[in-house]
Amino acid sequence: MSAPSQTQNASLPASGLRKFWSDFSESPTAVIALFVFLLILFIAIFAPWVSPSDPYDLTSVDIMNSRLPPGSEDFSGNFYLLGTDGAGRDMLSAIFYGLRVSLGVGALSGFVALIIGAALGLSAAYFGGRFETITMRIVDIQLSFPSILMALIILAAFGKGVEKTIIALILVQWAYYARAARASALVEKNKEYVEAAHCLALGNKRIILSHIAPNCMAPLIVVGTLQTAHAISLEATLSFLGLGLPITEPSLGLLIGNGFEYMYSGDFWISIFPGVALLITIVSINLVGDQLRDMFNPRLQK
Amino acid sequence: MTAFILRRSLQSIIVLFVMSVIVFVGVNLVGDPVDMLINPESDQAEIDRVIRDLGLDRPVSEQYWYFVVNAFQGDLGRSFIFGEPALKLIIQRMPATMELALFSLLMAVVFGIPLGIYAGLKPNSKVSKTIMAGSILGFSMPTFWVGIILIMFFSVSLGWLPSTGRGEVATYLGITSSIFTLDGLSHIFLPAFNLALFKLSSVIRLARAGTREVILQDYIKFARAKGVAESRVVRVHLLKNIMIPVITIIGLEFGSLIAFSTVTETVFAWPGMGKLIIDSIYNLDRPVVVAYLMIIVVIFVTLNLIVDILYSVLDPRVRIKGVS
Amino acid sequence: MRQTVEPILEISDLQTHFFTKAGILRAVDGVSFEIGAGEIVGLVGESGSGKSITGFSIIGLVDSPGEIIGGTIKFKGEDLNDLSNEQMQHVRGNRIAMIFQDPMMTLNPVLRIETQMIEAIQAHDNKISREDARIRSRDALGLVGISSPDERLRAYPHQFSGGMRQRVSIAIAMLNRPDLIIADEPTTALDVTIQGQVISEMQKLCRETKTALLWITHDLAVIAGIADRVCVMYAGRIVEQGLVANTIANPLHPYTRGLMGSVPSQNQRGKPLQQINGMVPSMLSLPRGCAFQNRCSYVTEKCSSGRPDITHLSDERQVRCFNVSEVPKL
Repeated sequence: MSAPSQTQNASLPASGLRKFWSDFSESPTAVIALFVFLLILFIAIFAPWVSPSDPYDLTSVDIMNSRLPPGSEDFSGNFYLLGTDGAGRDMLSAIFYGLRVSLGVGALSGFVALIIGAALGLSAAYFGGRFETITMRIVDIQLSFPSILMALIILAAFGKGVEKTIIALILVQWAYYARAARASALVEKNKEYVEAAHCLALGNKRIILSHIAPNCMAPLIVVGTLQTAHAISLEATLSFLGLGLPITEPSLGLLIGNGFEYMYSGDFWISIFPGVALLITIVSINLVGDQLRDMFNPRLQK
Repeated sequence: MTAFILRRSLQSIIVLFVMSVIVFVGVNLVGDPVDMLINPESDQAEIDRVIRDLGLDRPVSEQYWYFVVNAFQGDLGRSFIFGEPALKLIIQRMPATMELALFSLLMAVVFGIPLGIYAGLKPNSKVSKTIMAGSILGFSMPTFWVGIILIMFFSVSLGWLPSTGRGEVATYLGITSSIFTLDGLSHIFLPAFNLALFKLSSVIRLARAGTREVILQDYIKFARAKGVAESRVVRVHLLKNIMIPVITIIGLEFGSLIAFSTVTETVFAWPGMGKLIIDSIYNLDRPVVVAYLMIIVVIFVTLNLIVDILYSVLDPRVRIKGVS
Repeated sequence: MRQTVEPILEISDLQTHFFTKAGILRAVDGVSFEIGAGEIVGLVGESGSGKSITGFSIIGLVDSPGEIIGGTIKFKGEDLNDLSNEQMQHVRGNRIAMIFQDPMMTLNPVLRIETQMIEAIQAHDNKISREDARIRSRDALGLVGISSPDERLRAYPHQFSGGMRQRVSIAIAMLNRPDLIIADEPTTALDVTIQGQVISEMQKLCRETKTALLWITHDLAVIAGIADRVCVMYAGRIVEQGLVANTIANPLHPYTRGLMGSVPSQNQRGKPLQQINGMVPSMLSLPRGCAFQNRCSYVTEKCSSGRPDITHLSDERQVRCFNVSEVPKL
């Protein structure tokens, strides 16, 4: 295995980015997944411009058009590729807007969790002692409970809402980042360049931020990718259960939940299509994350 | 060994204590406890009386103390909706949840291990690649959505299996369960499969990883060199070696099955404690929520404790290292 | 002098190649030798020379991406390459047994010794009862010098020491009275004192039961003590073979000389050990011509012109070197 990559290195003495891409593109599946994800990201960001209609503009939604099957046209000639939901909204547009909410909540909570988790994990590794023991003890305890349970505890206490859901997702995720950050920081901490930084009498903050942290980024990016997928899935689950986002912020999970009751009467599209969109999103992120994990660190396991 | 168990048990008690504080603080201090703990339909006199009864006019530490004392006496409050003790409600629903979780665990092992071994033995075959792609899919698919798809196919479209409730139950050897009647089995199949799918992926991955590691070991080659048939090499030499880690991890994850059964139970209207908690959160039936959370924390802490102790018995290295 | 017994194993022009991403690795590239019934043959070479792959090729257990792509392995007149998987399975452990290098790894850690022994008997005899197989296993353990074999049968591998485990492996190999045992560095992982015991016991058992033995090792000194004949392997080929006494007294191939020089001996006490210059070449990029040329002290221009053929010096003595006549006698 090492021999082929060496020959490749020899023939391609390219920039870091080129090397990254050539490693990444070893898996065609991961490349496709990445493009699918970028497309989804584009749709999510530009949802108001790429959607056929604004599903939450009450003037354009007609209850008379409710539950039209996929590929229908209404009386005024509007075409509904994926049909309409119980309130007569265009499903395709609702899904585009839903992606926006789901990805937004997932990314935001993931980002904040990454900052908090990485800060605690890096400090724990760097300072050690009692601080490390206590922090990692909390991490261990939290990771021994499944995320759905932690989220239920938090939401049961706080009640539902956008910011509460985001807080719940952050509290659920930070421990994963803390664990990953500490593990790689422990390795980095003993390397020569950190010793050199100590010799230069640089401050702790500076050593952590500008010396150790950049070298711990790879595993954190991997955990970040996989955790974001997980956060999106968890948010969808909570919203489906009616405990996550409120009706004013219709994420994919909420759309699926709304369609659930219609399914018994055979109107499958209201639930299924948002679910497919959710699935494609999560799978594409996971595939990209899997490939990153294989590239960066074969030993890193979730 | 005894020291390890003692230290580990002490830790469990600390975790229990911390979790009880979190739940207590969460329910009683975040937000208005009067809103949360008192039936919204009560009049002012009733509210005053309950505030006095619940001791909400007293200091927090004292309130917590009463909460713990009552909890130890099995009193976790009374449901607003059902008017019955919360603990009793949950205990009534527990068998349904346990039955669902155990049945799906069985499914995950029975399907997952052979599939994982196959994928590990022939990593480059089409079938293996399909299995692994399926496992990534299973790993990615949110449980609730899979449940919906299962209902759509097997209940709505094909009409083969029922999609709600527990069906007929029967009692056998003192255990009342759906799995003893045909009707019950037909009811448990879809929800159990739904819940199993979530674990199936990880069982497949574990079994595959184990197989790929074990198959390279000299003792496998030596068994072949003895002329032992390939089927026996897999069934005896390989299987026995991969079962230890698989079983350990499955045991550890039984708790997460119970936690995730909240979702499955909601989708399939399974009358277990998971559906009860979701309904109760929805209906602001706080005493039931608190009771459920406390019980599930106890289950979890106990489960983790048992697995840790079992693991330390199996693997001497864990004992030496202490806890990490 | 040609040995008088019929050869039980005749390997000719065996080629086992590994098809890796980086290219074709010719681990065994045209190996030919014979083993007579009851004869003990040593196969010597550095790690990576293809000696173990030769052993695994014989019993048909070459791991993917390796493949036997040419040559014949005639065992009692029948080419093992022509056998089906099922037929081969009946040869393995029954007519040809194998002992591995690391006794810590060869026994399955989660199965009792008796399970691992009885299955070896029952794999080749579906009529024998479990009890009879157990008795045979117990006797086999006794034969290799394990005390209270009845109790030891119930034990797990981790309850044995390394030397004891290797004895168990030998007992397993002997269970079905094979015609040939392939021993792949069976003493390398053992303490020196245990090494000696295992070697002499192995030799004694093979002589008593008239079992042929192919002893694969990197240690020429071991071969000197146990084998009748020796084959020296370098980079996938046999570079010299002959009777042990002759070969050791008068090694002809420069590589064999180098190996001899790096064995400490009584006569040369106090003198620095000789060593072979350079490193084992990568099997993926062997030099054109003789594979040993870059490390050889007698190298000539001819050595890079093509691959040297075997020179038959006598019936039993063969050398693969262009300069056999020029290499001075020791």
